[in-house]
Amino acid sequence: MTALLSISGLQKSFGAVVVADATSFDVSEGEAVGIIGPNGAGKTSLFNLITGTLKADGGRIGFGGADVTTNSAAARCKAGIARSFQIPQPFGGMTVFENALVGATQGAGLSGHEAEAHALSVLEETGLLAKANARAGTLTLLERKRLELTRALSAKPKLLLLDEIAGGLTDAECHSLIDTIRGIHARGTTIIWIEHVVHALLAVVERLIVIDFGKKIAEGEPKAIMESAEVKEIYLGVDPDA
Amino acid sequence: MSAVVTRSTPASRVAMVLGLVALVVLAAAPWWAGRADMRLMGEIYLYLSLACLWNLMAGYAGLVSVGQQAYVGFGGYMLFALTVFAGLNPVVAILAGGLLAAALSVPIATLIFRLKGAYFAIGTWVVAEVFRLSFAQIQALGGGSGSSLPVAVVKELGAKKAAREANAYWLALGAAVVVLASVYLFLRSRRGLALTAIRDSETAASGLGIDIWRTKLEVYVVTSAFTAIIGGLIFLQKLRISPDAAFSVNDWTAFVIFIVVIGGIGTLEGPIIGTLLFFALREVLADFGTIYLMVLGLVAIVVMLKAPKGVWGLIRERYDLELFPLSYRVKGKE
Repeated sequence: MTALLSISGLQKSFGAVVVADATSFDVSEGEAVGIIGPNGAGKTSLFNLITGTLKADGGRIGFGGADVTTNSAAARCKAGIARSFQIPQPFGGMTVFENALVGATQGAGLSGHEAEAHALSVLEETGLLAKANARAGTLTLLERKRLELTRALSAKPKLLLLDEIAGGLTDAECHSLIDTIRGIHARGTTIIWIEHVVHALLAVVERLIVIDFGKKIAEGEPKAIMESAEVKEIYLGVDPDA
Repeated sequence: MSAVVTRSTPASRVAMVLGLVALVVLAAAPWWAGRADMRLMGEIYLYLSLACLWNLMAGYAGLVSVGQQAYVGFGGYMLFALTVFAGLNPVVAILAGGLLAAALSVPIATLIFRLKGAYFAIGTWVVAEVFRLSFAQIQALGGGSGSSLPVAVVKELGAKKAAREANAYWLALGAAVVVLASVYLFLRSRRGLALTAIRDSETAASGLGIDIWRTKLEVYVVTSAFTAIIGGLIFLQKLRISPDAAFSVNDWTAFVIFIVVIGGIGTLEGPIIGTLLFFALREVLADFGTIYLMVLGLVAIVVMLKAPKGVWGLIRERYDLELFPLSYRVKGKE
């Protein structure tokens, strides 16, 4: 398998706060990778660096074989990177369908009926078709999370970044969301998923990366990682000597 | 696919028919309206155009400028300069003024786009003041006291007074129609969809492949060009120009912001309703002097507190109405 995303020596700090400290990892095409870590570990910042919302201080981000470290967020989306936001950022004055159409026409570069058909098929997959005409500003939390997913998918990404998309949902809502994400992954979309709801994450991902203070501290098979003493101490706050 | 996508609604179809009827009636005004009424209507069309343009720039692209009087005045002065010194026909001079404004707006944009929010607003105002002070230095255009359009130039618009007034009226009406139609068609296009996304969330828009800086630049250049053309038409009606009148922040920006805010910022219908409300208030309160401005301020404050989305925002939320079919509606196919 070839690496779709290749991050090496990524560096970013805000003053004294280091959010990425020599972070390096690869994500292969078709893989699903989970990222966990305590609050403030630099998980969302890592997404912001990958999508181009933040500019790296140093290091390199390779995507699909090209160096995209200095590319704009818009260019990276067109290259095939799309993300959902932890705090939903809907286009509130537009309808749900129009939200999807923005991704289809801008990110995926489709036009006319092709764009409309793609937006509709994504809405069908994410279960928002019934809400297509609702203004995005009027949606419930679950619907907003699904809209985040919808909009990212509408851009036809090769790499989908999910930022705590299961947070705040009920168990039933969470399960249906897991099914949707599994479906997307089964179609061949590469996924990187940041999540605090660990059981949701473990239901989908094949590999887990643990981050703390901007540093990658563990990486590997999900079950083994979750059981390692290091992760229990840093992530779950369990004292290994107790 | 089990669903179809449409854009027009019954309300928008009715609005379009009524709009076309109104346009025909208004175009025939020289045959049924008095001189004073025609002057007033001409002024309404030009304010409607300024409001539509400012709304596109501030309401959609988030460029809250308080310096569009720079382009109104520039367009006005180009009318005088190009007719007097280059001997151009006034209409050609006004269009050329628009092109020159577009060219001028690019370097200005690269400068003031570095500023954000309130700093951007102040920056635009500073630019407008620089324009005012610069034109006041040009003695050939009357310096600080201004100049009048020569009779020979005025006559190019029509030999007789009635013909001139009718032509000036049609130019104003035509400009408003062109501005409204352009803004509508732009918002309806793919790039308009991108601009509407920017209106709602810049972060999400850039993550979906929209080049925010370029989109804003395009909007700024186009609105500046159109604003200069409207400025040319304003001073073609006034026939006299001076730096203080041409670059008045009150006349060309404060009133325009008032119109857009009370009508409903970030909607196409808002500036139309706002213009009608503004002129209704102005005509009712015209005899009260300064109280008129105080009432305008009071109305603006009440609307901002009670209905931040303006009068059209209230109507749209209550009845889910849309006069210009910009929205996409998905319908299940049976």
